[in-house]
Amino acid sequence: MESFVVHTGTAVPLRRSNVDTDQIIPAEYLKRITRSGFEDGLFAAWRKDPDFVLNQPAYAGATVLVAGPDFGTGSSREHAVWALQNYGFKVVLSSRFADIFRGNSGKGGLLTAQVPQEVIEALWQAVETDPSVPVTVDLDRRVVSAGEVVSAFEVDDYVRWRLMEGLDDIGITMQRADQIGGFEASRPSYLPTTTAVT
Amino acid sequence: MGRTLAEKVWDAHVVRHAEGEPDLLYIDLHLVHEVTRPQAFDGLRDSGRVVRRPDLTLATEDHNVPTQDIGLPIADPVSRAQVDALRANCAEFGVPLYSLGDVEQGIVHVVGPQLGLTQPGMTVVCGDSHTSTHGAFGALAFGIGTSEVEHVLATQTLPLKPFKTMAITVDGDLPPGVSAKDVTLAVIARIGTGGGQGYVLEYRGSAIRSLSMEGRMTLCNMSIEAGARAGMVAPDQTTFDYLEGRPHAPSGTDWDTAVAHWRTLPTDDDATFDAEVVIDASTLSPYVTWGTNPGQGLPLTGSVPSPDDARDEVERVAIERALEYMDLAPGTPLSEIPVDTVFVGSCTNGRIEDLRVVADVLRGRKVSPAVRVLIVPGSVRVRLQAQAEGLDTVFVEAGAEWREAGCSMCLAMNPDKLAPGERSASTSNRNFEGRQGPGGRTHLVSPAVAAATAVTGRLTAPADLSPVA
Ligand code: SF4
Repeated sequence: MESFVVHTGTAVPLRRSNVDTDQIIPAEYLKRITRSGFEDGLFAAWRKDPDFVLNQPAYAGATVLVAGPDFGTGSSREHAVWALQNYGFKVVLSSRFADIFRGNSGKGGLLTAQVPQEVIEALWQAVETDPSVPVTVDLDRRVVSAGEVVSAFEVDDYVRWRLMEGLDDIGITMQRADQIGGFEASRPSYLPTTTAVT
Repeated sequence: MGRTLAEKVWDAHVVRHAEGEPDLLYIDLHLVHEVTRPQAFDGLRDSGRVVRRPDLTLATEDHNVPTQDIGLPIADPVSRAQVDALRANCAEFGVPLYSLGDVEQGIVHVVGPQLGLTQPGMTVVCGDSHTSTHGAFGALAFGIGTSEVEHVLATQTLPLKPFKTMAITVDGDLPPGVSAKDVTLAVIARIGTGGGQGYVLEYRGSAIRSLSMEGRMTLCNMSIEAGARAGMVAPDQTTFDYLEGRPHAPSGTDWDTAVAHWRTLPTDDDATFDAEVVIDASTLSPYVTWGTNPGQGLPLTGSVPSPDDARDEVERVAIERALEYMDLAPGTPLSEIPVDTVFVGSCTNGRIEDLRVVADVLRGRKVSPAVRVLIVPGSVRVRLQAQAEGLDTVFVEAGAEWREAGCSMCLAMNPDKLAPGERSASTSNRNFEGRQGPGGRTHLVSPAVAAATAVTGRLTAPADLSPVA
């Protein structure tokens, strides 16, 4: 996983609250056998509307999603995180995230930064006035800024550490390779392997 | 204080323990099938990782495979893509795979035990909820999600929070004609589909000790349908006898060392469980489900319940909805419900012992002309064994279809499906809406009830069949 310290990019204003994971990626996209390519399912129902914000050329290439409250509710699907990441998002800002979505994001390396709703409103205004305004998310200092708007954001300490170190769950466990190796050395010899048939 | 079976297995696999963090648990056996999300392998590839222990990993093809004309390419493109992806991933990462056509192919939860790969005291995982089956050997075995599959592939470990323990004690003698399937349906009807949530169930008591390994596997298999994380039975002489001489079982002095260790695994007398359910075996009789979850079951001698029987509003709505989907009227005797299809098979009841029970009922009888009867062995080995015993002849002479190994009609992912509105008596584990095909209706039954139902065309216990002339 890439490490995340400071990110600067343009932002998309998503003026909707209670965006559930079925909206983020509808179930019909879950049959895929790959992990990439989920960007075409991202907000699939809404994207049928040519006026939907992601369809506006001014917001092409954005990497920060500024969303309404209660983002990521509904069923736990890691595909929701993959869809946002495959599309190119590195950060989602909201005043409130659903717990499971937040957990899945942390595991997948997508930053969910929580700011007060006033800040969301101010950011919406800033990026609607000028879609090209650079938004900087400084995970080290826990500060988001866009033009005049500057705000601290909340992020779980553990998730922050992991993102800054660029460690996913597996990466963390792999740091224990010596302990795992030690355990393996002490496993009884009668335990089976799938390859050698006696 | 004493430890339970589950706790002993857990303790023996902790690689790392730190306050406030999940334990890092070593995994002895990781099973894989083609529906185990290929994304897990993609994840490895994307981060340049390898499978740490391909020699503790085993893959089979089961969910999508056809059970007829297996020499032909798989017709459904989605199914074929999943199988192809598994083959490519196994080849790339060096994971042993038993493909369609191989003598060791079959349902992953049938193949592991029959090879002797599932042994007492092991930790076993698979990206499949019915991994609980392997608990029959006194292994701690549970299903895991996509990112966990990737974690195990890369590290052979999983960070886990401890489970709670629940004893399911079944004492006394099971009446004749009552099988492990009836016990499990009775347990789930009793504690509900959420009753086991957060628990590892340990099945105990004299009725459990008297079950064969096949019966214990049926019981542990269905633990997940009570919401439990896993089910377990302590290893005993029945377990050792089943394992001895299997291809991957220990041999020579290793065998003696292993058995000595296995004998230390049963729950200590002074250990305590977080919860306990006690069932008197002598009160049990053949069970069938009438509704759309495995907890909606009753003795076959009973009648379809009425929403008025509900204990609360939630249950009332659930009964109403189930009756509507199942197209059943309250008060109908369960033994008068006609079926179109009988399915014998799945990781719950697709083993040799199950097929023997079915053959015993069908021998000298004919299946009802109104019923399509599918008998699907859980693995190629089971199929060959049944043929060696002449069971296939019994099935075919009775008018049943004898198929190749796979998950088949347990779930509608391959060509074996119910048509909308069709009704089955099925030895599988899930009677959810549409599980066996969109609009299909499922009654879960034991192999003996499935066979008797095939003869009469309505839900029937073997004891109610007229004797063979
Ligand atoms: S037989 Fe059914 S429950 Fe068992 S592994 Fe196959 S699909 Fe799953």
